[in-house]
Amino acid sequence: MSFINYSTKEINCKIVYYGPGLCGKTTNLRYIYEKTDEKSKGKMISLATESERTLFFDFMPLKLGEIKGFKVRFHLYTVPGQVFYNASRKLILKGADGIVFVADSQIERMDANLDSFDNLRDNLEEHGYNLDNIPLVLQYNKRDLPDLIPVSELEQALNYRNVQYFEASALTGKGVFPTLKGIAKEVIKKLKG
Amino acid sequence: MNDKKWLYDEEIINKLSEELELLKSESGASATFLIDKDGQLLTCASHNTEYDTTSIAALVAGNVAATDGLAKLLGENEFSILFHEGENEHVHISLIYKMVILVVIFDESTSLGLIRLRVKKFVNRLKDLLENAEKNKRRENNDGLFDDITDDDIEKLFGPSDSETGQG
Repeated sequence: MSFINYSTKEINCKIVYYGPGLCGKTTNLRYIYEKTDEKSKGKMISLATESERTLFFDFMPLKLGEIKGFKVRFHLYTVPGQVFYNASRKLILKGADGIVFVADSQIERMDANLDSFDNLRDNLEEHGYNLDNIPLVLQYNKRDLPDLIPVSELEQALNYRNVQYFEASALTGKGVFPTLKGIAKEVIKKLKG
Repeated sequence: MNDKKWLYDEEIINKLSEELELLKSESGASATFLIDKDGQLLTCASHNTEYDTTSIAALVAGNVAATDGLAKLLGENEFSILFHEGENEHVHISLIYKMVILVVIFDESTSLGLIRLRVKKFVNRLKDLLENAEKNKRRENNDGLFDDITDDDIEKLFGPSDSETGQG
């Protein structure tokens, strides 16, 4: 639910990176953080375990340009991917304006992708949202690794809405900004109603 | 879906800001913030520009959401107040009418007792304001304002520095 502040002329939107454990959600945010100009970003906050697994969420505010005289800000969040953190995952989705679903392209992670996607649908429904119409893009991550699921198979399994998808390697940054741009466009389009 | 339209209203935000300033001066706090439950800062009263208000808003909302989840698991309706005690600074967080979150940051120059008292009065003053705002829900403010956004407008949001990443 984007927040439009008429007194400060700001539009704030919340984007959530969702996906199975170790699919690269935090890596996406880290890359964006590293490559963004100091003026355009706030602090990146990671609430992680000692072994650097996301415990609650990562958060990063990002300032973009202006639209109709309103400053546009995106608040990027990741959820903890591990299955047993579902209670926390659900909390982060509250108030989300758009979702980036990050899928792990490795063959052995296909089931995890599907489980996470189903879990996304369930958790959205609990907040009264519908996966069928919330702004969404897909990112097929880790395309630099061997033994990958073909994109066509990922498309068939996940992209029932025929939304934009991006092949990525978040570690090297490939596809990270196009994904962000993709979801930003979808979210702003939704502002138009 | 849009259950908090009233928060968009400039007039209401201004009134909330005035009340926040009053709370800050009456309680001797270092800073007071109002945040929505999704982690967006609504307005703040602070002379200390060192506070990273965006991050504070995100973390406090996460904190309140986690505590709320905990309350439900324990069969409680809500835990409406959170208090974090530090060596020098302390944070008093309260969920007001399940609508907005009030954050008060204070130090040893005042006391928890005074903060609690002033917060209670603040909440009472806010009650009418929030209720009236609910009653008088205006038409959606952004009616038509963003209707003619073009793809070009959206493209321009991203600086030229990102363009080397191209389309995926």
